[in-house]
Amino acid sequence: MTDYNFAYLDEQTKRMIRRAILKGLAIPGYQVPFASREMPMPYGWGTGGVQVSAAVLTPDDTFKVIDQGADDTTNAVSIRRFFQKTAGVKVTEATEEASVIQTRHRIPEQDLRDDQILVYQVPIPEPLRFLEPSEVETRKMHALEEYGLMHVKLYEDISQHGAIATAYAYPVKVEGRYVMDPSPIPKFDNPKLEMAGIQLFGAGREQRIYAIPPYTQVVSLDFDDYPFEASKADHACDLCGAEDSYLDELIVDDEGGRMFMCSDTDYCAGRRKQGHVGAQGVPYAEDAA
Amino acid sequence: MQSLALEGGFQNAPTDAAHAFRSIMTAMARPGEISRVDGATPPAPLSVATGVTLLTLCDPDTPVFLGKSVNAQEIIDWITFHTGAPLVEAKDAMFAVGSWQDLTLDDFPIGTAEYPDRSATLIVEVPTLDNTGAILAGPGIKDTSRLTVPDIDAFQTNRQNFPLGLDFIFTCGNRLACLPRSTRVS
Repeated sequence: MTDYNFAYLDEQTKRMIRRAILKGLAIPGYQVPFASREMPMPYGWGTGGVQVSAAVLTPDDTFKVIDQGADDTTNAVSIRRFFQKTAGVKVTEATEEASVIQTRHRIPEQDLRDDQILVYQVPIPEPLRFLEPSEVETRKMHALEEYGLMHVKLYEDISQHGAIATAYAYPVKVEGRYVMDPSPIPKFDNPKLEMAGIQLFGAGREQRIYAIPPYTQVVSLDFDDYPFEASKADHACDLCGAEDSYLDELIVDDEGGRMFMCSDTDYCAGRRKQGHVGAQGVPYAEDAA
Repeated sequence: MQSLALEGGFQNAPTDAAHAFRSIMTAMARPGEISRVDGATPPAPLSVATGVTLLTLCDPDTPVFLGKSVNAQEIIDWITFHTGAPLVEAKDAMFAVGSWQDLTLDDFPIGTAEYPDRSATLIVEVPTLDNTGAILAGPGIKDTSRLTVPDIDAFQTNRQNFPLGLDFIFTCGNRLACLPRSTRVS
């Protein structure tokens, strides 16, 4: 472990990131520019989240990483090992035990406590980017609180599809001021953005950090006659039977067979350990054997 | 430069700074909550908490303004040796240190409409720091919290500038609490 400085980054870089995090917390939802470093992984693989985690971690932390809810995917495993090696922190797959959770595109099903920190990996932090490609213009739009274009986009959804078709990266307004991209989490997760834990967002390639302090008002944009709806697949989990969790759809053969299962693997395993069994599941003990 | 200036820094900079930052970040995320920090012993009259905050956040990239009560050679030497931060006038400062009387809020940058983050953070030495007095509400606070703040009017004016404005770190001994611009004080 002594081959690296604690948590990989040098101290001056961490100070720069830490200052950006503090400004982000002071201005909820505002994207603070920061001098993103090259990390030993490609842009787009969570370099923003990794840099924020590196600036936040202490040696006493227990670290968890999820990728689309799963603890055991390549990206999650390699980031977890990265900090195990460079920061010497304990790691876990249990949401309950983690003090810092780095996530790609999901919020854990289990409510976070006030002593937990959620770090998001963000690909495109600017919610207006696909509507207005110029950074100069979008910055001006945020400064003037000019978010009409975003409502036009949602309105066009309704006129074309009969409903707001945006299913992930659903824009939110933070504390009545900044419109923010919650990263590509499913809109099912949007109501959970108002939580007890601290939420930090890091976009490495785009060089932006932003934050939501605990208990901050986060409102998903909508219309009076087309209210926001946190949707999920209309199914129960086939492994654990949960009806309230966000589901992944898995094609299981070439005859149209498919199953739905919890995207949050820790939540699903926890329920199965408690004895819940879904339509296509087997009891947890048998599966492990 | 006397040897005093060389002492009182972090023993183990990476981990001491990591613990200190976590305390400061938690305090900034939960305005009014008082955190304890340790690891630095700056020359008097700087408190431990002020010293720790400077070591954790300041470096050659962050111009610092020193208020009258802390503008002594010993302190200048200590900050210069341990952080390398340039000392500047209030209008150019990213951080400021001093007592409440030292700091004239209008002098500091509050950011621009397009870059509200380009604003100063004021580290204010206060004689008492308790969860009594002014009522705080806003992001990071579940219902309301209370904190002894030096002046209620000044923070209400600061809040009116939101999203522009100054952010405050109050230090007292080895304890600190934060008041970001987003907090409503009454």
